[in-house]
Amino acid sequence: MLDQLVASLTDGILLGFVYGVAAMGLTLIWGVMEVINLAHGPVIALGMFGTYLLFTHLGLNPYLALIPVAGMGLLLGLVIYVIAVQRVINAPPLSSLLSTFAVNMIIIGVCTAIFSTSPQNINYSLGSLSVAFLNINYSRLIGALGAILVTAGLYSFLYFTRPGKAIRAVANNRAAAELMGIPSGQMLALTFGLGTMLAAVAGGLIATFFPFTILSGSPYELKSFVICVLGGLGNPLGALLGGLILGFLEGLIPAFLPVSWVPVLEFGLFVLVLLVRPTGLLGEPSK
Amino acid sequence: MNFWRRPGFWIPLAIVAVWGGVVLLVHQDLMRETAFILLMAVALASSLNILLGYTGYVSFGHIVFFGLGGYTGFYLLSVQGWSLIPAALCGGLLAAVVAGLVGAAVLRLRGAYFALATIGINEAARAFVSNFGPFGGPIGLSINFSAYQKYGGAGDALWYTFIFLWIITMVILLVSYLVKNSRFGLGLMAIREDEDAAMVMGVKAPRAKNITFMISAFFPGVIGTLYFFKNGNLEPGDAFQLNMSIEMLVMVMLGGIGTILGPMAGAVGYQWLRGYLLTSPIFKNLQLAFAGAILLLIILFVPAGAIGWVRHRFRRLQRVLE
Repeated sequence: MLDQLVASLTDGILLGFVYGVAAMGLTLIWGVMEVINLAHGPVIALGMFGTYLLFTHLGLNPYLALIPVAGMGLLLGLVIYVIAVQRVINAPPLSSLLSTFAVNMIIIGVCTAIFSTSPQNINYSLGSLSVAFLNINYSRLIGALGAILVTAGLYSFLYFTRPGKAIRAVANNRAAAELMGIPSGQMLALTFGLGTMLAAVAGGLIATFFPFTILSGSPYELKSFVICVLGGLGNPLGALLGGLILGFLEGLIPAFLPVSWVPVLEFGLFVLVLLVRPTGLLGEPSK
Repeated sequence: MNFWRRPGFWIPLAIVAVWGGVVLLVHQDLMRETAFILLMAVALASSLNILLGYTGYVSFGHIVFFGLGGYTGFYLLSVQGWSLIPAALCGGLLAAVVAGLVGAAVLRLRGAYFALATIGINEAARAFVSNFGPFGGPIGLSINFSAYQKYGGAGDALWYTFIFLWIITMVILLVSYLVKNSRFGLGLMAIREDEDAAMVMGVKAPRAKNITFMISAFFPGVIGTLYFFKNGNLEPGDAFQLNMSIEMLVMVMLGGIGTILGPMAGAVGYQWLRGYLLTSPIFKNLQLAFAGAILLLIILFVPAGAIGWVRHRFRRLQRVLE
């Protein structure tokens, strides 16, 4: 019993790292421009398909494939920003919710026509590591390691480079940043690009664990909402923490209740956190 | 009662009345099915508009009330053997009570936080119902065919359901008009423009928002029961579709947010477009992408929706179209 619990917790927490990366993209976009990106799920799915296509057609190692996938994610984000977000960035929240949802429909619609909705699988196994009674898939370990690297990369970008500092300035106060000569439009576009890039990378990592379809992004999008709110909307490190908490819960709950109760508790917790502490665990307490 | 003389009041009602009347007179099954889907869209969009259009609160998971009401009503119909009207009204009441309880907490959140919370509530409700034994868990419920006998067979039961939906739709339009043109509605619109200022001016915002949330949840609950009674079965996946929720928002935006005729026009327009895209040989595979593109164009370039645009463009029509 205890063996099982430890095994399922390890599994859940390792998965939580990857959830964290997906949520980081969402939370970054929210923090800088207060837009909830409803096209997040399809971009995660595109990341899965990008990795899959590079692996099956070009024979690229799935982990190496993450690099071109990240580049494509960044570009895609810039395109989405210019087409759908730029015009509604100062409009009421409904506009940006619906415009990013329209992008969601377009991506899903086009990709369903191309790939159909049959499940795909990346057939690439690394075996597993055995420690005492634990059996850990190497793919999970590499996924968690990748997630830590991505977080470290994002933080060094935001804190030690000029564009990163400019993004933080825009997030802090757009008008003041503009007065200091920061091109806020470009920074917003870059942020959106980074957000979708993180989603695509997370998708690529998830694709190495589970089979997927073009619709597989939406559960991760919903999980990302939960995670972002747990960690505090707009706080990337909070997103990683939230991801770990969610992964931990997903490992813990099945030990006591049927697996189908997991989403009930997850979304219940989500609503509860929104009500009690809408700024999240790492955010400033609300006044 | 001088609003009987106002065209903005009777135009939407007259359209629905004549429309339903014609369907009843022609008495054709196919026509009734089409009219049922369209009227349901009109009714759902209009009831969402009571919250969204007047208070500006974006309920992204409004379909949760359709699902919960539908489940309650359907449970009373199929398991407890109630007849349709009390079951549907109970479904609506339960939806309103849930909205009242949930709203007391969630309506404190503003803007995108509220929208996120409603998504969470919908997902939580779906997951809960999938685990809830009396509602059939993941398999859902289905109706015993003999339940239709009470109304003189399945065919007549469907007509009966249609008439009920027709009347409910007119009631929703009436309520929507009354709310909009009352002192209460004025308070709601003040909340939409600036909630803090409205409260300073003496609008009891928390109570007003909560009542509005309950009103706009009641009708989807009733309609949910009717819809699933017509279908004969329901599953958690059908009852809490987030996509349907967003479709409702799209209909409201398409027609014109905060107007009475707008959600009606938007609902009919959206369903027509969808039907056209689904059946046309060119767009069949890409219908979702195409609908998305149209939605994007509307949000970016005509944010006031069709009716809003007409009202803005032709000032004289403002007195006619509400």
